[in-house]
Amino acid sequence: MNDSRSPGAGPERKVRVFLVDDHHLFLSGVRAELGDAVEVVGDADEVGAAIEIIGERVPDVVLVDVHMPDGGGQAVIEAIGRTHPEVRFLALSVSDAAEDVIGVIRAGARGYVTKTISGPELTDAVQRVADGDAVFSPRLAGFVLDAFASDPGAAGGAVPSFDPELDQLTPREREVLRLIARGYAYKEVARQLSISIKTVESHVSAVLRKLQLSSRHQLTRWASERRLL
Amino acid sequence: MAGGVAGGLAARFGIDANLIRFAFVLVAIGAGTGLAAYVVAWLIIPAEGTSTSIGRRALGDRRTVALALAFITALGSVLVVLAAIGLSFAVNLIWPVSIAVGGLVVVWRDADVEERTHLSELMGRAPLIGSGGSHTRRATIVRVVVGVVLVASGLGTLVASAHPTLATARAVIAANVVIVGFLVVFGPWWLRLARDLAVERRERVRSEERANMAATVHDSVLQTLALIQRAAGDQGEVTRLARAQERELRAWLFEGRPPGSFHDADVATVSQAVAVIVRDVEASHRVAVESVNVGDCELNGELRALLAAGREATVNAATWSGAPVVSIFVEVEPAQVSVFVRDRGQGFAPGAVARDRRGIAESIRARMTRHGGSAVIRSAPGQGTEVELVMPRTGAVRERQ
Repeated sequence: MNDSRSPGAGPERKVRVFLVDDHHLFLSGVRAELGDAVEVVGDADEVGAAIEIIGERVPDVVLVDVHMPDGGGQAVIEAIGRTHPEVRFLALSVSDAAEDVIGVIRAGARGYVTKTISGPELTDAVQRVADGDAVFSPRLAGFVLDAFASDPGAAGGAVPSFDPELDQLTPREREVLRLIARGYAYKEVARQLSISIKTVESHVSAVLRKLQLSSRHQLTRWASERRLL
Repeated sequence: MAGGVAGGLAARFGIDANLIRFAFVLVAIGAGTGLAAYVVAWLIIPAEGTSTSIGRRALGDRRTVALALAFITALGSVLVVLAAIGLSFAVNLIWPVSIAVGGLVVVWRDADVEERTHLSELMGRAPLIGSGGSHTRRATIVRVVVGVVLVASGLGTLVASAHPTLATARAVIAANVVIVGFLVVFGPWWLRLARDLAVERRERVRSEERANMAATVHDSVLQTLALIQRAAGDQGEVTRLARAQERELRAWLFEGRPPGSFHDADVATVSQAVAVIVRDVEASHRVAVESVNVGDCELNGELRALLAAGREATVNAATWSGAPVVSIFVEVEPAQVSVFVRDRGQGFAPGAVARDRRGIAESIRARMTRHGGSAVIRSAPGQGTEVELVMPRTGAVRERQ
């Protein structure tokens, strides 16, 4: 999907952020929380307007709500992804439902955070997405661990794996995700595993790629099972 | 049969359990060696899902060893006497039967609770030993006296009649002398052991009850009292807490529903239990609880204990850490279930907890160890706390998906 080109978010230039959410209260709340750390270049409260304005202003990062009429965040991500692949998305939601989370990630979002996130954490997440890294909340890490469960035998028979590169997590990725799911911040994960933060980020990005590209049978089945619940 | 040895061997070697049972029965008829082999196997093969065998546990328990020796000497005495009378089959039986009985004693003493209940059921069914439990001491004395009188009168008639079998009678007398000798030597020791055993069993039952009671009271009443102290200024909140606690306590004392347990019919899986923890803790404390579940499975006794400890850790974090958010991470793996409870609150120095604060010691650590799991608590002042609880899964639990 996205190329790995840095958007040039150096210290001389603030990250340009666009907000999409149908709740105005939330829009102004996020604006206040982000403060001066980033440059908010605009906002939209519906899918059609969002696609149009994002296409004009081409921000670095779009903070997009998952739940909106007319297709939600997923529709915005898919439309912009076709025309402006350099724009990066961070999904925000009150919902922790698995199919929403996996849906926006597979549509192309580089991360997912819940709306309860604190201001500094949100700024940090935006910066990270702007730098081309992935942002995993504990919940998302848990989902991925669950969907990529290591024991296909227990799930009733061998699962055909089309591409082992993409369809499995490495033990190290699993360790990183486990710590994130336990509520560790990236730098705490790095300290715990005695690796650099950069390495943690590259593991998480690798997981994100697998999550977006894997045709793993288990992933779809897992998601559909969760939808039924 | 009794100890599940045949089943265990079958599982180990992949042979039909009934074949093994049949083999044991065959050998058992052959001079009782099979019986001994069965009991020895019982001692050294760990039960399914546990890692230590009964035999290994027994070695660390001097009293059990003494007791087993007592039974072996007693039985050996009887058999030696029988042999002296001239019943030659007894000689062949001495070793196998002594080993078997000694082994059974060890099994009885160091088997876990489940196995012990199973054993006492078996005992109840065996007509000879079965009635033993209900006898009073007086009844025992009466029985012994009657027995002695009977034996003596029998001997008397034999001797008096000057029957040709007087030679046999001589042997019988010799045997009696041996019996008396054994009794004089070992009798008092046997008696003392028996008495100690009864006292000790009562003690153990009592202290187990006390530990369970303490854990329950801590989880409910003491936690609520702590909350009430913290909410002292808020009259409505104090009343609400007190009423909720009262309801819970009544349910426990009069309806037998332990507080904080997952005994409700609608809580059957790990993820449901976690949802209950989140709901309850968020309702009674002013914190957000964020849970992440990976995998799911049916609850069993051990997992209920694991989640009760997890709930306790969550309540502790919500009460003491001062952090607005507590995270729970639960992962179900094929071999184990782990629970991590983490907060970013004030933390504490694990060494500096007062002795009467039983939360960590009783409700978390002891509860986990009692059920075969482990608990690790990492904390330092100012750095938050993380509680790691791990419970191995026993074979009885099936994967849910």
